[in-house]
Formats: sequence, C-alpha cells, structure tokens
Amino acid sequence: MTIEQFSDLIYSLFEVTPSNEITPATDFKELDEWDSLLALEIIALIDEELDISLNGDDIRNVNTIEDLYLVVMKKKKGE
Amino acid sequence: MAFQRIKNVEIAGFAACVPSYNEENENLEIFQNRDEYQRFVEYTGVERRRKAKNGICASDLCLKSAETLISDLGWDKQDIECLVFVSHSPDYLFPATSCILQARLGLSTECMTLDISLGCSGWVYGIATIASLISVSKFKKALLLVGDTTGSRSKGDKSSYPLFGDAGSATALVHKKGAADIYTHLATDGNFYDAIMIEDGGHRSFFSADSLTYRTYEDGNVRNRLSIKMDGMTVFSFGITTVPRSVNKFLENFSLDKDEIDFFVFHQANMMINKKIQKKLGIPEEKMPSVLKNYGNTSAGSVPLTIVSELREAINNANEHELNILACGFGVGLSWGTVYFKLKNAICCELLEL
Repeated sequence: MTIEQFSDLIYSLFEVTPSNEITPATDFKELDEWDSLLALEIIALIDEELDISLNGDDIRNVNTIEDLYLVVMKKKKGE
Repeated sequence: MAFQRIKNVEIAGFAACVPSYNEENENLEIFQNRDEYQRFVEYTGVERRRKAKNGICASDLCLKSAETLISDLGWDKQDIECLVFVSHSPDYLFPATSCILQARLGLSTECMTLDISLGCSGWVYGIATIASLISVSKFKKALLLVGDTTGSRSKGDKSSYPLFGDAGSATALVHKKGAADIYTHLATDGNFYDAIMIEDGGHRSFFSADSLTYRTYEDGNVRNRLSIKMDGMTVFSFGITTVPRSVNKFLENFSLDKDEIDFFVFHQANMMINKKIQKKLGIPEEKMPSVLKNYGNTSAGSVPLTIVSELREAINNANEHELNILACGFGVGLSWGTVYFKLKNAICCELLEL
C-alpha cells in the first residue's frame, strides 16, 4: 500500500473534513472532526484492511498520517 | 496452552442482581450536547446503567443472588463446601470478601473460600477454577459469586463513567459423575497491565493526599489516581483482534462446531467491540445476546448478568434437549478466557434488584 492509498483510507473515515485538508503531512489529531471514537475507527479499519493491530501508544505517539503509515508498515514487515 | 477439559461437574443454576438505582446517560453533564451523547451511544450501545448507592458493594449483590439461588435450588447450606468470589471491588483490601460471605450466607465452617482478583474475564476464570476444584476434590456443592461495583469512576471521565454499570451474580455447581465435560481456555498478557487500572490505593502505590487530586489528562478526561483509568484504544484493539483469534483456537482445539452452539455469551465490553467480534466469528445476531443498552459494561458481572437477563427462558426450558453455551470474558489484566458447557435441568432465577 502506498502512502497515498493509506492517506485515502484514513480520509474515508472523515465525514465533514474537506479532502484537500487530508494529506500525508496532515496532523490528523488537530482536525476539528478528530475525537477518541474516531481513533477506534482507525484501529478497526487498519485491522480490517491490513490485518495490523494498533494499540493506544501507536496512535498517541504519532502526529501525521505519514507517521502512522510508517508505524503500520513497520508492523507489517515485522509479522 | 492453558486448555482444560473438566470432568464430573455440572452447572446447576444461575442468579444475578443489579442495584435498583438506574442512571440515564442522556442526562449526564459530561456530554456537551445531544450529538456527543448520540455518538457515544452509537459506539458503545450504552443508554443506561444501574448504579450501586448507599454503600451497596459487589458482595451484597452477590449475596442476594446466592440466597435466592440456594433457596430456589432447595439446597442444604451444609452441603456447600466451596465458595469462590471473583471481583475487582472487594469489601476490603483484606480480609478476603469470600470469608465474609461464608459467614453472611451461614455456610458451614467446613467450606473452603477463595477470592480471585479479576474483572471482565472473571466469570470464565471463576468457572474454570471452581470446576477444577470440584472435579478433583469431589465437593458436593459449590458457589461461584462474581460481580463488580465500579464506584471508583470519575464523573469527568467519558471513557469510563457512562460505560460501566454494576452487577453481582451467583452460579451453582455440583459434583456429578458422568456430567458433560466443561471445556476451558485461559490466557494473560500482563504487558498491558496498565490498559485498565486504578493507580493508587494498593501496595505498589499507597493512598496519599495526592491520590485525591483531580487532573485533566491529554485525552480531555478528568480523574484522580483512585479513579478507573482506561486506555480505550488499547482495549479496543485487544478486543477485536485477540478475542476472535482466541475463540477460533478454542473451537479448533476442542473440535467444536460453531453451528451446534446455541448461544455465545461474550463479556459486554462495548457495542463496537462486540459487533466486530460477532462479524469476525460469523455468529448470527440472535445467538449473541447483549445487555449493553440497559446495563452497560458490568465488568466481572457481565457474562452471568447476560445469561440471567437474556437466556433465562431458554435455560429453564432446556429439559429434554441440552443447551450448548460458549462464554468468553476479556479485559483488565489483560486477561481472557473461554468456556464451553452444556446445560440440562439447570435453573435460572429471575433477575433480582437490591
């Protein structure tokens, strides 16, 4: 999965944020729409689409979508 | 792997008790607006919960369950040779609550009692422990009392206050030669011990004046070090990945056919977790009962509460045909376990209130 595809995947969870506001460099936790329940949706989506299990620290320790992508890819390799 | 096949033990009956005080989540100030409340309900499924007031403890809810169950079963209290109490809300740091319950129930002094400190996985661990003891020691009759009162929730913490409710239960077991085997699997991952915890008040971190100081944490929740703190993301991830994997391993290990299981009773974590588990395991909705809407997540009490609240009729009608039940508890520890048992001629009391 490329970073662009990953970014699109994350974007699919946002309902009102305009698409141009979500890029790999977006600090997604600063978006108005972000809340703790959306975090659960991200964990569920990544489990479903990529079979990768993210925990609380994985989400807390990243800022941008690219950071999250790197965490996911690292876990994918470590399988 | 910690699989067990326990012989010559039968579950004879169930009872559960909830506090009479009902709290509607809709009325909580913690939700800033209607949208926020609706979003919470959409994810967790919890609209209302029972809340223990006036000093009611988990042991009190278990006591009422036990008294009713003993009376409905027509048991002689002198025959009860084992009592196990499972909870994260004991009466005191010590002595063990099970000792106090032995006296309050008027049981014989020739009765072994044991406290087990577990939450969401507690009923399954309790069944596995007490059934093993009965099987080996041939105890005539035994009582498993499981429940929690989660009074240590901070009113300013959305991750715990509107989610957790209170409940207690009693499960009666007997030694019976030739009873259908009880299958169990128990597991632990203490690396995530801090995913759900109360930080102060134990021996690692004693109660101090600072324990009472309320702080606002980075997730916006307000609590002190005596409040339940929960890393919802880690618990969520654990619930949707480890639990279905573990149940599949269980089914495979014991060569169980999913279609032949009548009911799957899961710990009532929250609706999103439970729906994911249901989907991953391919369980039909009608086979997976839920009490989240009216009782919330009742920690150790959730599996027996769900059995009593939702399966009472099915249990009381299972005379000619056996009822095959798989139950799975998972959460704080992290700790999880699965049990499979058959019910025939067991009784289930009406849900009680205190």
